[in-house]
Parts: sequence; C-alpha cells; structure tokens
Amino acid sequence: MMPPVHALLQIATPQLPPPSGAVYLIATVIKMVVVFSLYMVTVALLTLAERKISAWIQDRLGPNRVGPGGLLQPAADGLKNIMKEETYPSAANLPLFVLAPAMSFVPALLTWCVIPFASPLPTPWGLIDMVVAPLPVGYLFILAVSSLGVYGIVLAGWSSNNKYALLGGLRSSAQMVSYEIAMGMSTIPVLLLAGNVALGDIVRQQANGMWNVLGLTVAFLVFLISAFAETNRLPFDLPEAESELVAGYHAEYSAMKFSMFFIAEYANMVTASALMVTLFFGGWDIPGHWDVAPWTVWKTVATGAFFAFKTLFFVFFYMWIRWTLPRFRYDQLMALGWKLLLPLSLGYIVVIASAILGLDAAGVARGSWAFGGALLGLNVVIVAVLLFLIDRGRLISPAYSRLDQRNVEKLRALAARSALMTEGRN
Amino acid sequence: MAIGVKVLDRPVAQTSYIRATLKGMALTAKHLLSPQKVTTQYPEQKKPLSPRWRGTHRMLTTEDGKAKCVACGLCPSICPANCIKLVPGEDEQGNRYPLVFEIDEFRCIFCGYCQEVCPEEAIHLGRHYENSEYSRQGFVYDLERLMAQTHPVCELWDPADPKGE
Repeated sequence: MMPPVHALLQIATPQLPPPSGAVYLIATVIKMVVVFSLYMVTVALLTLAERKISAWIQDRLGPNRVGPGGLLQPAADGLKNIMKEETYPSAANLPLFVLAPAMSFVPALLTWCVIPFASPLPTPWGLIDMVVAPLPVGYLFILAVSSLGVYGIVLAGWSSNNKYALLGGLRSSAQMVSYEIAMGMSTIPVLLLAGNVALGDIVRQQANGMWNVLGLTVAFLVFLISAFAETNRLPFDLPEAESELVAGYHAEYSAMKFSMFFIAEYANMVTASALMVTLFFGGWDIPGHWDVAPWTVWKTVATGAFFAFKTLFFVFFYMWIRWTLPRFRYDQLMALGWKLLLPLSLGYIVVIASAILGLDAAGVARGSWAFGGALLGLNVVIVAVLLFLIDRGRLISPAYSRLDQRNVEKLRALAARSALMTEGRN
Repeated sequence: MAIGVKVLDRPVAQTSYIRATLKGMALTAKHLLSPQKVTTQYPEQKKPLSPRWRGTHRMLTTEDGKAKCVACGLCPSICPANCIKLVPGEDEQGNRYPLVFEIDEFRCIFCGYCQEVCPEEAIHLGRHYENSEYSRQGFVYDLERLMAQTHPVCELWDPADPKGE
C-alpha cells in the first residue's frame, strides 16, 4: 500500500523528501489525532459562539452561567444530550434512522483531511506536509465527498416516516444538487489559474502570485453563496425551516442523534470556510513573501494561526449573515441557483479561460505582476458591471412576483371592463 | 360579476437585494458591537416592583405579636378563587380570632380583593414573587407563615393620590 502513496506524494510535492514508511505512518496518525480533536473542540465552541453572536446582535448577553463567561456551556449541552432519552418513532426505518446522523457527519470530517492548514513542518525525519492526506486530486475528492452529505439529510427525512421530515429531506436534496453545480463551476477558474487540482498547489500558486479573491471575485461570490446553500445555513435553511416544517429532517430526532446533526452543521460550516480560504484567500499564506522555503517551525505556527484566523472569520461571517437575513422563498432559491449563479459561473469560466489564453499567447508569464494586474483590472470591470446590472430588481424576485407587461395589460383591461359593468348596472 | 382588480406598477428598478443586505449587515454589526444590552441578570439584578404589585400574601400583626385578623369572614366570602380557609374562634373576653387561616397561593389569582375588603387591614398582598416549593402542599400558607413574611406590602392605591387621578 505504501509505494503508490509515495508515488502520488512525489507528484504533488516534488520537493518533499520521501519519509520512510514508519515515519510517514506515525506522522499521519499524529496529524489525524491533532486535527480531529482540534476540529471537534472548535465545533463545540462554535455552538457557543453562534449563541453568543446571536445574543449580541439581538442586544442580549447570551449564555454566561456555565464556566467563565459561559465557556463550559458546550460541555453542559453535550452532557445533557448524552443523558437524554433516545426516542424512536414506531414506524421509522430503524437502520437508516440510526445511520443518517453519521452519514451527515462523516463527510464534513472527511473533507477536512485534504485541506492544507499550515506551511510544511521541518523535522529531523524530513519535511512533513501540514495536511492529513496530501492527495494530488484534493479538490476532486472534496467535490465527491461533500456531495455525500446530502444522503444523511435525505435518509433522515425519509426514514423518520414523518411528512415534515420528508419534505425537509426533499428540499435539501433539490437544493444541494442545484447548488453543487454552481459551486463546482465557480471553482473552475481557480483550477485554471493553478493548473492543478491539488489543494497544496492552489495554495502555492496564490502564495507566489496574488490571492484568487482579487483576480476571481465573481467566482468567489458565487462560491460563497453556494456554500451557504450547501451547508443549509440561513438564508438558505429551507430543509429546516422551523416556521414551515417544524424542524425539517431532524424533527423526529432526539438526544445525541439530534446533536450529531447539529455538530454536522457546524462541521460543514468550518469545512466550507476552510475551503473558501484555501481556494480564494491563499490558504495558510500570509501576505508578503516571507512564508516561503526554507521552512521553519515558527513559519508553520504562524501560518497555521493565520489560516485559523481566516477560517474563523468566515465562520463568523456565516453567523453574521444568519442573524441578519430572512429565509428565501423556495422558488427564489431555485431561481437564484439555476437562473443566475449557474449561467454566471459558466460565463465567467469562458471569460477567465479566454483571458488566460490571451495572456499566455501574449507571452505574459504566469505569476508575474503583469499577469496578476491584467486579471485584477478585468475583475474590477466585471464586478462593477455585474453589481450594477444585477442589483436592479434582478437578483431575486421580490416578495411579490414580477408581472410581465402582457399580463399587466390583461389585468388592466379586466379592471376597466369590471368598472364599466358596475357602472352599467347602476 | 368580476371583482375590480387594482394593478400597481412595482418599483422593480429601485428594489435591490445587495444594497438591502449590506444595510442589514451594517445594522446587525452595529448592534453586535454596541455595549448596551437589555438582559437583566436575574438572580443578581432585579427589576424594581411597582408599589401596587400584588404578590405573596402577608398577615400584619399587632404590637404584641398577634395577628390583626378578627375572623370576620369577609375575605373568604369575597375571594373569587375560593382560596382562603378561615375557621373563627373566640376567647374569654369575646375577642374573635382565626383558629385556622390558610391561603392556597396556587389557587389565588392575586386580585387583591381580600386586602381591599379587610376592615382591620390585616391581610395584605405583598411586593414579592419568588415562591417556589417542591410540593403543591407547600403553597398552602398557614397563619404562622403568613405572619412570618417580611416583604413590603402592596399599596392598592397611592396614598398621595387615593382616587388614582
């Protein structure tokens, strides 16, 4: 099993001296344990952060009783959820009912393993990549695995044998399938620029040139909106939609299984944020050209901290949006995904591909100032035009649906006729 | 007969999602950062009660420590919730006093009629609301317990403005 992994590693990072099998194995196990525990602690604390931020936005104080400033609230919640009774609906499909929480939880964790979170760490046994599994097909792996998350929600909805849960599951599958496409398409320009699907290479390309968000803002915006839909967060939380569907797909879940869905939501949020940072905000890159080889331990620590900062900022952004915006209507959601984001991202691929082709033909070197500057200039023009054009009642249909001109004429004629008839009677 | 249809031209060109979103986010950010919070940290901080707050009952006592109640029976008869139990007694001098005086705080609707009707100003409602018990029986306050309450009593009217003008 080892040799093929080494071969793949060689392709991904040619400067990596091949560590011996045992060292590779031990390093991977250590990385797995550290990343998993850090990740779970972060997710637990994020449940507290969400409640705190929601409270602050609503001029409240939030949980502050358990531990200093409420820091132990997640522990108390966890304890409560473990002690609670697990209920099973009598008509539920039990195996799937039990399996569903895990199925929504595992993909969120799996995605994390290919995201590079710091610069390589030099050790006496060789350079160790700060990513659990430096797959050369990293991005494709993420696309494949993140789509699996929908199974957990659909199965939860179906196996509960509850009409609200089923509706939630259906909505989520439609929503995730729709936005998956826009999401995948929006990242193609990133892959075009990097010329590779390995996330390590995407980060390296941004560290050497400029962050993708500067050159590919439209792709970033599409990705951001799709990520909201993919993680079922407001304003796209239609699968849950308390006011319409009780609690959607997890209406029938209690105790720790409900908690698993909750954890999965936050885990997905962290993963989506980390992905956003990796693809568009330079991953662990710190602006300025000092985070390059030769690698040191301090560089690893600093870049790791900066990566965490960027990721947490996006998690905060998620929460900020959640407590600001109301939920979309279902037809608005679908229209936004299919009629705006998908054509937009497809058109953007064409524009960026032509721009790269043109720059290559003109002999401008990739990663040079001229290349970045040209993309930046093009980007500013596109963003300005798009924001001006889209933001005139075209982004989403308002709460009333737009009448086209012919229907307005018809209604006017009807109104005039009915007025005439009333007069005639009198 | 068709109903009249009023057709409004919607201001589609002025409607916006992006601008409205940014405005909303600025608003929530302002509230997020503002140090003014509305939460009352309950057990530590308490909101002031109105002087007319009608809460847990209290039986006032005379200077020698006896209940002011003369067991006239007006409060149990006026009580709309029927929560006062009174058994009158009489001593050798012919003074009436309550042998049993119990108020079921669970049944009480805190209307304040008992205080209003009392000729001796003995039974009062109080400015107090924190009464929790482990059993329903614990909410039946007997005479001793009513006399032991120390919280300020309810003022049914403002002494400076008795007609509420």
